[in-house]
Amino acid sequence: MAVKKNTLAIKDHPKHLLGIQNLSIQEAKNILEEAKSFIKLNRSPSKKLDILRGKTQINLFFEPSTRTQSSFDLAGKRLGADVMTMNVANSALKKGETLIDTAMTLNAMHPDIIVIRHQDSGAPNLLSQKVNCTVINAGDGRREHPTQALLDALTIINRKGKIEGLKIAICGDILHSRVARSNIYLMNMLGAEVNVIAPKTLMPKSIERLGVKSFTDMKKGLNGCDIVMMLRLQNERMQGSFLPSKREYYEFYGLTSEKLKFASQDALIMHPGPMNRGVEIDTKLADDINVSLVKEQVELGVAVRMACLKLYCK
Amino acid sequence: MKEKILINARILDPSQKMDEKGSVVIDEKGKIKAIGKDVKKSDTTSSAEILDLKNHIIIPGIVDMKAFVGEPGYEYKENFRTLSQAALSGGVTSVVTMPNTKPIIDNVSMVDFIIRRGRDKASINLFPCASLTREMSGKEMSEFGLLSAKGIIGFTDVVKTVQNTETMAKIMDYASDIGVLIMQHTEDFELSKGGCINDGEVSTRLGLEGISYIAEKIIIERDLSLLGEFPCRYHVNQISSKESLDVIKRNKEKGLKFSVGVSINNLSLNENDIGDFKTFLKLSPPLRLENDRIALVEGIKSGLIDVIVSDHTPEDEEGKRLPFAQAATGAIGIETLLPLALEMHHNESLPLSKIIETLTINPAKILKINKGTLKKGSDADICVLDLDKPWVVNANDLKSKSKNSAIEGRKLQGKVLMTFLNGELAFKS
Repeated sequence: MAVKKNTLAIKDHPKHLLGIQNLSIQEAKNILEEAKSFIKLNRSPSKKLDILRGKTQINLFFEPSTRTQSSFDLAGKRLGADVMTMNVANSALKKGETLIDTAMTLNAMHPDIIVIRHQDSGAPNLLSQKVNCTVINAGDGRREHPTQALLDALTIINRKGKIEGLKIAICGDILHSRVARSNIYLMNMLGAEVNVIAPKTLMPKSIERLGVKSFTDMKKGLNGCDIVMMLRLQNERMQGSFLPSKREYYEFYGLTSEKLKFASQDALIMHPGPMNRGVEIDTKLADDINVSLVKEQVELGVAVRMACLKLYCK
Repeated sequence: MKEKILINARILDPSQKMDEKGSVVIDEKGKIKAIGKDVKKSDTTSSAEILDLKNHIIIPGIVDMKAFVGEPGYEYKENFRTLSQAALSGGVTSVVTMPNTKPIIDNVSMVDFIIRRGRDKASINLFPCASLTREMSGKEMSEFGLLSAKGIIGFTDVVKTVQNTETMAKIMDYASDIGVLIMQHTEDFELSKGGCINDGEVSTRLGLEGISYIAEKIIIERDLSLLGEFPCRYHVNQISSKESLDVIKRNKEKGLKFSVGVSINNLSLNENDIGDFKTFLKLSPPLRLENDRIALVEGIKSGLIDVIVSDHTPEDEEGKRLPFAQAATGAIGIETLLPLALEMHHNESLPLSKIIETLTINPAKILKINKGTLKKGSDADICVLDLDKPWVVNANDLKSKSKNSAIEGRKLQGKVLMTFLNGELAFKS
């Protein structure tokens, strides 16, 4: 018995990035600082480093994703890791294998990092209890999407120089959004004031307990905001039980240049993508490089993920 | 069987408002022959076995109105033998078993099977329920009359609710005539769709779909409206929120006759205990706010809630080792029912006699069975209890076949020392 205990104690407990909720301010700042150094690298002709040479990174995506998956893919490769992306649509999980079984199988191959995207909230937490390697959450259910919040923070810092003291509005389907939750935690942590704006049916219960002010009126919610983050409205929620229609949503919650005037004069727009043009955001506004940070978000996403991989992979 | 006398005990029997030092004599047939402070050794035959209980407490054997035994179909979760052992070591001598087995208990031949099987394998008193509707589909009512005649104690769809109001009206109308007991799980499935925990701050933080208290309240309101028209024997299986209690209060004050249960889990845990996705605390109805928990305890004190149940729901590890939304619902609890309930005595939120009442005579009265009492002439189903003994819950030490305890590691005070079933010593710690 004593021997058994000993081996357990020796066993290394890897660190995981499961959510902003589990992060300290210092850890968040370290990631952002580290990421800054990768921005230049990513813009240079030679982008390859060997920091993670010999390390194996598995991207385990249970939900379709374009930008997050390719971003993690590139980030790993640029750091020199061997990256494998598991297409879950073809895996045994479709044949009834549980998440834990898959995790144990992958674990036996000695990966150093598993990046997981899963439709169920808490799936990365469960995975992290069962594997020996680092687990990085690339989005779980409606709970957290920590690297998205971190890249949003980096984008804001890049433009505004800081986050502390800024007023940030998050607008749209807050109820189903992991991006909203992670951003609420991170922006609060870094000293911003956060407003959330949504129709009542898309506002989660007790959201104020997360340290935000909630609004159903864009005019009031955007008042004085420096950053306006728009969220994607999923197709299936546009009609029926959550909202009367796409048209009505656009009328009251779609971001247009008129509504943007409620915010501060130099307000900037963000969107985690993919955008529904003409539903949550006016298409011209989305492409206006003077106010829209959408492309920059994607660019800095790679840098942030490189920083996370470097700092969390031992 | 020899006559027995249990001496030097504190006898606590709410059915006869008894709380006194005294003795209990059990006759050769396993019935209570004499009880109380006036009983002397001379009241027994000279050959009687004498047991000195050293001032420990005697209560009637507990009647648990809601437990799942895996037979038939889910023997890997629990069987009659393991359920009996778990029950007896928790002082439970009578158990109402749920019909959501595989196949579902909704016909006469299934009842024959489980009664025979229970007789062969179980060592507790079993009172089986049949499903309220055929195949628990919520559509056609079960054969209440035929099933009752075969020994079915009550009718419930366990974790399902009859959603169709017209069907429920017909069920209650028919049941009111033949006098069967309807036990309803109260949940509006449209309102609770996809939900797995209380709708509130914790569900927002964990990113899980919530179940609002309204889902429960609205069915209780509907059923109690119907009950006004069709006065049958109606029991709400388990309530979870303060708002439901308000509805119950209003209707009981109006003079409507019905009974209400609550799970020990909802009395001793709240939504914050779910922590970082602890699937063993995924329960139905869900754990709610601390304010709800306090209101439920008050509900017992004021008599609005009649019984405490274990809601014993064994689930194997595979069913629980999944992302929270996919994980199985329920926790075991028959063995820890009494010790956990005693917490409310030790922290002075309820009088001890009230706790025992909700675990013994109250369920017996609702079920119309001659249990939960130590009155002269009744079956000697007895639990002997050390009220103060401290211990720590370790699921691996529990007798249930499944180990999904919602209170793993909890420090409890009070433990069952002995359990007698029909006068025979059936468990000794």
